[in-house]
Amino acid sequence: MNVSYRWLKDMVPGLELSPEKLAEHLALRGAPVEKISSAGAELGDIVVAVVLETVQHPNADRLSLCTVDGGHGEVKVVCGAPNVKAGSWYPFAPIGAVLPGNFKIKKSKIRGEVSEGMLCSSKELGLGAEDDGILEIHGHFTAGESFVEAIALDDATLDVEITANRGDLLSHAGVARELASEGEGRVELSQIEGDPGIELSFERDTVEARRGQVGIRIDDADLCLRYLGAVIRGVKIGPSPAWLQQRLRGAGSRPINNVVDATNFVMLELGQPMHAFDLNGLAGTSIVVRRVRADEKSFTTLDGETRELTDDMLMICDAERPVAIGGVMGGRDSEVEDDTVDILLECALFNPKSIRATRKALVMSTDASYRFERGVDPEGMELAISRAVALILATAGGEVDGPVLDCCPVDYEAETVGLRLSRIEHLLGVAFEVGRVRELLTPLGFDIVGESDGTLQVRVPGFRSYDVRREVDLIEEVARAHGYDNFPSDLGPYRPGTVADHPMFALEDELRRSLAGWGLFEAQTPAFVPEGEGDVRVANPLATTEPFIRRAILPSLIRRLEYNFAHGNRDVRLFEIGTSFRSAGSGEAPREETHVAAVLHGRREPPHWSSDDAAIAVWDLKALLEHVAATTYGGAAAVAPGAAQDEAFVADAAFDVRLADGSIVGRGGLLKSETVDAPAWAGEIWGLEVTLPSDPQPSAPVRFQPLPQFPAVERDLALLVPDRVSAYDVGALIRMRGGALLEDVELFDLYRGEGVTQGTRSLAYRLRFRSPERTLKDKQVDKAVDGILARLKEELSVEHRG
Amino acid sequence: MTEQDPRDALRALEVEALAAIERAQDLDALEAVRIDYLGRKEGRISAILRGLGAMPAQDRPAVGQEANRVKGLVADALQEREASLAGPAAGGHEDLTLPGRVPWKGGLHPVTQAVDEIWHIFRDLGFTRARGPEADTEWYNFEALNTPLDHPAADEQDTLYLVDSVLLRSHTSPVQMRTMEKHEPPIRIIAPGWVYRRDTYDATHTPAFMQIEGLVVDEGVTFVDLKATLAEFARRYWGPDTQTRFRPSFFPFTEPSAEVDVKRVITRPDGTKEETDWLEIMGAGMVDPAVLENAGYDSERYTGFAFGMGPARIAMLKHGVDDLRTFFENDVRFLEQFAR
Repeated sequence: MNVSYRWLKDMVPGLELSPEKLAEHLALRGAPVEKISSAGAELGDIVVAVVLETVQHPNADRLSLCTVDGGHGEVKVVCGAPNVKAGSWYPFAPIGAVLPGNFKIKKSKIRGEVSEGMLCSSKELGLGAEDDGILEIHGHFTAGESFVEAIALDDATLDVEITANRGDLLSHAGVARELASEGEGRVELSQIEGDPGIELSFERDTVEARRGQVGIRIDDADLCLRYLGAVIRGVKIGPSPAWLQQRLRGAGSRPINNVVDATNFVMLELGQPMHAFDLNGLAGTSIVVRRVRADEKSFTTLDGETRELTDDMLMICDAERPVAIGGVMGGRDSEVEDDTVDILLECALFNPKSIRATRKALVMSTDASYRFERGVDPEGMELAISRAVALILATAGGEVDGPVLDCCPVDYEAETVGLRLSRIEHLLGVAFEVGRVRELLTPLGFDIVGESDGTLQVRVPGFRSYDVRREVDLIEEVARAHGYDNFPSDLGPYRPGTVADHPMFALEDELRRSLAGWGLFEAQTPAFVPEGEGDVRVANPLATTEPFIRRAILPSLIRRLEYNFAHGNRDVRLFEIGTSFRSAGSGEAPREETHVAAVLHGRREPPHWSSDDAAIAVWDLKALLEHVAATTYGGAAAVAPGAAQDEAFVADAAFDVRLADGSIVGRGGLLKSETVDAPAWAGEIWGLEVTLPSDPQPSAPVRFQPLPQFPAVERDLALLVPDRVSAYDVGALIRMRGGALLEDVELFDLYRGEGVTQGTRSLAYRLRFRSPERTLKDKQVDKAVDGILARLKEELSVEHRG
Repeated sequence: MTEQDPRDALRALEVEALAAIERAQDLDALEAVRIDYLGRKEGRISAILRGLGAMPAQDRPAVGQEANRVKGLVADALQEREASLAGPAAGGHEDLTLPGRVPWKGGLHPVTQAVDEIWHIFRDLGFTRARGPEADTEWYNFEALNTPLDHPAADEQDTLYLVDSVLLRSHTSPVQMRTMEKHEPPIRIIAPGWVYRRDTYDATHTPAFMQIEGLVVDEGVTFVDLKATLAEFARRYWGPDTQTRFRPSFFPFTEPSAEVDVKRVITRPDGTKEETDWLEIMGAGMVDPAVLENAGYDSERYTGFAFGMGPARIAMLKHGVDDLRTFFENDVRFLEQFAR
């Protein structure tokens, strides 16, 4: 909502705050000011000048040579505007002046004639879009006085942010009410210059208000609660007077013509949207307010757009057809034009929900619909139409024809809401006396109409009837008017809550911290993905390129890897913990799982002068995956070479994370080259993704193992293992056959080549034997080793490499 | 083997020689040690090796092996000591100004760090963490929170829908209702999580972002408690001099509602202090009685307050990041700056 500072000051007698101070007060009232701007801010150098004489430029047909008095003696100015004439006043930019857009005026020669300044058009001053010659101003001026002051451009426009509950603040009167206590405590409407002061009469009916040829009927009273229509005959359409135009400009609105400006003025002043029809454009000079008919498919609004109509839209119609979309926008055919003579002025009250549904269906929002959606004062309609009529009579002339027709199927009745003083204290923590509550609520339009046993009966004004309906709403008003900053903020005691910290957070924290410790950076990526990467579609996606929400995190990380590649980052190790969405059947909310994913590329260690730059290899990935599996599932998950085919990973360089029941909860490995859009210099790219358990279990407490009392005996075995036998099986067999004395088995070397048969590799194991009861003798160990070797040979054809 | 095993003599020589090498303070002294033990003519270890031939044949291999081991060991020690005495940093091992060996640095995303810092403060104030689904229903996202779908307030967070009444939550407030449904008061939780809105990417908007919800419900919780708790949070997060300002606002699920602003005191490099402008950091309010009733709580008995903040915005302020999109680029050079 754009608020004119001058307008506001005029409405609140005694308000002496600067625009900046005013903004602060509004913020503390719940209506912060986004921006303060001034149309005249960049026009400080512009002065008012009179043209004394104008002659034809000797060397150019379309230019004239003017003698101008800009307050510092006569100067010569070359002017190209056809409308320049001697004796008139114009804005003038003297030499050295700077115009909007940082355009500096210099002394120049135009077709051989010296020009010492510039007479300005409204476009050049940033005051209008049209280039319609230089801007002639009317009134009594002194040459050289400030242009901004001369035409009262020194207004400030405050862009006030209005919350969705406060439709009443979408008007200068509403904002003024919030500031009344900063002035003399009241809000008043300005005198209208030339107001003939006619007292309107109203002709009321619940179904159809009619007088002579003109009638107003409401067919759908659930959508339109009241409709006032005033007929004014004999208006003369033309530009509004300067004061009215300035008011509108100050409030960020563009002047159009006197009738339209009058309706806009009233909307901005009182918050009541209004519409003027050309009476003679209405068939049967009547208005019928009704739902759209089945055969009424489309409608051309006054902006020239043809709109598709749908069921339940409320139309303002004449005797034959729709002439406006109720509360949203008027139509082309009944628009007020330059030759309009008789008008019908509409002042209506629509159902906010219906307006909202209509304008959403039409995908549009107008000043009128915005206000109707948020609620317009049901008690302010007579005043609004009276103001508009007065303005039109004052600026466009004409005469009011008959009483205002008032079709009112539903009579508005103000609500009275009970307010317990005890409840105020219960909620706000501070006690309020009756007198204080009255002092706080009355300036806002509330009336305390009764009081008994500590409960006040509060009458809610019409303009607050939408958001103040309950006791708690009144308590908020008390708190707001009292000032939030005037409440204490001393920390009191509290009881601990009944909700335990969700274990998922602890698991995520642990994973994050350990992965950062492993040298990975945490990434955060949005869940939106292109087709193919998700099976849950967003119904109204913003970007058509990413209309799905993801089922896996890894593809998002791969894109981040590609981004890093594109920026020359070669050592990239990223992980993310995020949500995976999977369809749970049509119409159902998707199934959600938390996943952890990682992607790695580059050197396994930072470059150092003492070491070579080895790249991250399969063993690094495997260990990382094992770490993630152990962190998320404890001992319940095992990492094994991937059996299943996977889209993302190279078949013989991938691993699965399996639970005891065989289910796969994660994968990792070498990413297929087609998975990543990598530059030529890129090496192997590794990735993993693991589903986190939905109900992470606290890990079992560590059971203390007594430290050994007796020394261990170690034996190294070099084994010739056929390629078809896995190291896993060899290790498992050694452990199984080693008996109780075998404490540990460690694979410490792998060798292929000279001395080792083709199709075989040499695996070297270090076996550690220990007895908890005594020092082992060589003989016992030898026996155990012999037993192991025999089994290896027998079961796996593994030979001892002597 | 003879009574006096030459291997014992060798081991004694080994200890002696290594000690002498360590004592040598310059190259000349070291050369003297070398000649003493390994000199071709008089070297004491060399002498034993030369004497091998005179030994009984069965002793020779064992003694020879041992003598060669000791000789090799002493030779290595001599070489190492020589290198260190000849090196530039006398007494050192290498040029110690060379860089040390470090592992790769990793780290948490700056927004996660902000969430953690905020969580730790609320943990100290007695809060625990709760969560709820990111894809939720209109009921939890709007209606249960006293936001009728046909009210303009439902527009303010333009919502992404999946199917009919299922949507991507537009705020973390649905966790309020989900928590109250399952638990009895006192409730004292925060709920960090992702939320989604139909916003295009720009410097201050992304269609997905982190939010932290807070909810306290108990008997006797008042607006004063709301102010006190959030002012205390602000002082702990931004420092003890931080001022807090509460401005009226509107959220359908709280009444009264407030925007919370902070004014920080920052210390300039020259040590002087400076107050910042007021910065909006969160929305808050007393839980609307309609919300408590929707959760099956008696709103006459229980009152509460709720709040919501954006850790990404807080991280932007804290680290001087001026474009929210930077957080989503995940450029490792950016992330590395936050690694600790």
